[in-house]
Formats: sequence, C-alpha cells, structure tokens
Amino acid sequence: MMSEEQIKNLEIQFEERIARDEKIEPKDWMPEKYRKTHLRQMSQHAHSEIIGMLPEGNWITRAPSLRRKVALLAKVQDEAGHGLYLYSACETLGTSRDELYEQLHSGKAKYSSIFNYPTVSWADMGAIGWLVDGAAIINQVPLCNTSYGPYARAMVRVCKEESFHQRQGYEIMIKLANGTPEQKEMAQDALNRWWWPSLMMLGPTDAESIHTAQSMKWKLKRKSNDDLRQQFIDQTVPQAELIGLTIPDADLKWNEERGSYDFGEIDWNEFWQVVKGYGPCNKERMNARVGAWERGEWVRDAAMAHAEKKQKQKQAV
Amino acid sequence: MSTKNWPLWEVFVRSKNGLEHRHFGSLHAADAEMALENARDVYTRRNEGISIWVVESKDITASNPENNGELFEPAQDKIYRHPTFYDLPDEVKHM
Repeated sequence: MMSEEQIKNLEIQFEERIARDEKIEPKDWMPEKYRKTHLRQMSQHAHSEIIGMLPEGNWITRAPSLRRKVALLAKVQDEAGHGLYLYSACETLGTSRDELYEQLHSGKAKYSSIFNYPTVSWADMGAIGWLVDGAAIINQVPLCNTSYGPYARAMVRVCKEESFHQRQGYEIMIKLANGTPEQKEMAQDALNRWWWPSLMMLGPTDAESIHTAQSMKWKLKRKSNDDLRQQFIDQTVPQAELIGLTIPDADLKWNEERGSYDFGEIDWNEFWQVVKGYGPCNKERMNARVGAWERGEWVRDAAMAHAEKKQKQKQAV
Repeated sequence: MSTKNWPLWEVFVRSKNGLEHRHFGSLHAADAEMALENARDVYTRRNEGISIWVVESKDITASNPENNGELFEPAQDKIYRHPTFYDLPDEVKHM
C-alpha cells in the first residue's frame, strides 16, 4: 500500500510526463481518475460505434443501387471495426469485454445521443455520412494525439477510415440535390432533421461541460465543445450552399469580425431528454442490440465448445 | 449467460514483404483459426497486410515499467557503443 505522499509524488511525475507530450501505456502507473475518465470516454465511444450501425443498417437492403449498397455495407462494417478497436483499448485498462457489454446492455453506459434518431428516408444515409460523420471527424482528429497510447493508436486508424464515410454521405446529398424536385426535397428534409442533432453531438456548451478542464489537461480533449461546434458549422455551411441546400437556422449569419458564422439557439432541453432515454428511438436501439446479443449466445457457446473439442483431440494425438 | 468467454488474442500484421510483423491490436476469438479470420476482417480491410500472426494474449510475457530503471538505464551512459563517441580526423570522409 502506498502512502498518500508517495501517490502525490507519482501524480506530479505523471502530470509532468503528459505535459512533455509523453504517451501513457497500459502498464504504466496512472491516477485512478485518469483510468476511470478514459474508460468512460473510450467505452462510450465504442458503444456509439456499435449502436451507430443500427440506423444505417436499416437501409442496407433498400439502397437504391449496387454502388450505394457496397459503400453503405463497407461503412457499417467499418463502424463495427471501430467499435472493436475501441473496446480493445478499454480492455487494456482492465475492464473485460463482457463487463463493457453488460454496461451497455443494462443502460449503465451511454452512447452518442445522435443514434436515437430514426432514419426514415434514403436521404438520411446522405445526411448521416455528411453531418454525423463530419462532426465525428472534427471530434476525433484531435484525439489522435491524446495522451493514452492505445486510444491514440485506435483513433489514428479510425480517422484514416472515416474520411470515406463523410465523402460517400455528401455524394448521396449531391445526387439528391441535383435530382428531381422530390429528391431535392428529400435531401432538404434530411438536412432539416439532422442539422440540430449534429450540433448537439459535439457536446454541451463549455459552461455546462463538467469534464472539460481535466480532460484538456490530460490531452483527452484538445479543443472545447464550443470551438469544435463552431469549426463544424464554418466548414459545413459552404458545403450546403454549394449543393443548393438551406441550413435550417434563421439566425445563421456570417460574422465578418469573427470570421465565423453566428448561429441560433440550440435546444438543449431536447439534447438532455434524448440523453436521459426519452429520444425517439432509445428503446428500439437497445432492444435491437440486446436482442442480437442474446440471440447470438448459442453461436458463441458453440464456437467455444468446438474450439475446446478440437484442442482435446489435438492433445490426445 | 455464456459459460465461457472467447479469449483475447494479439494480432501482428506484415504490411508487405521486406517489413516485419507489427502489433496491430487485439480481438476476441474462440480459437486460433477464428482469430486469424477475425483479424483479417478487423485489421486488413484496406490492403494493410499480406501476412498475419495471432497469439493468445495470456501467452505474452511483458516487462513491468516499474523495472524500467534496472532494465534500461544501464544503457544510457554507454555512449561508447555509438559511432559518434570516436574522434576521427576530418579528412576521413566516410567511416
């Protein structure tokens, strides 16, 4: 057992290492709070990738062409992969995969609230790739430099793969926006429904964000939520204009002085309602996820039994 | 509840001939064969590799960072193991 003073010393050394931009690896000593904060953020991220497959999975069988279908299939497969990279990173901090699943399935762990919105038309596949993945990339690129080695390495891979996700989404929007009036209306409708949830996805305002200061110090966060949100808006508005779609915000206006767009009030009440479980699809998502896990149990057991049998046969020879 | 969980495997990938296998990450699988198949899907979806090794994580013995002092510090003051330690006249261009 270490004395309080010893722990204090280790903490000082630890903070110095991070300040020098050194990476922390799984077996290194770390403050309990660092471990917990990372587990929370990385597992939340992993769960979001896994649940994030569901809204898009909804449209794979109904994709309008083979080109769109292979792309969507590949994107959803990537999301499964991203979930797996991140679960592995969580496991390096000593929480087993089964515990992580249990936390998701019991509702103890959260995932990104954006996935609790329904995907009602094909245009939603465009809007999700363009906006949701666009916002995700803005959030994730700074994480490639985070202090925890396994998380940073997972994020490098995730970011590399994700740029195709956004491009395929935007391409869907371009096609629809240049199509028949009905198709253009579909694209506009999807933008109308996904715009505000995408802004919320970048997290509560800085004033409300309880974890920001500590996470900045640990480089688990490199930019504040409001800065990321502004970056997302500034980057996305011209992309909407380019294809003739209108951002659903009457207060959106270029601010010459700031060199950024001013934008309207975000309905944070809606955000917290969805986070607390009262979004349009929270129940549906959890039922789908838990159902898939339970229905797959016999397969997991059979694979294990088969592996053990083969092992025994090998030993008997 | 499942009786037994799939064990954890570490995945090493050679990205092309001439390069060594490098640690890519880990995954769960019932046996080595499944670990190879899963590694192909999880880590080589974009031509990242031409050869994969998998090894069960529990079979890896790792050094403990707490022993880094005794393990690695002795090398720090042995500068005579590096070519720059030796003085040569400027006329000798390549050695």
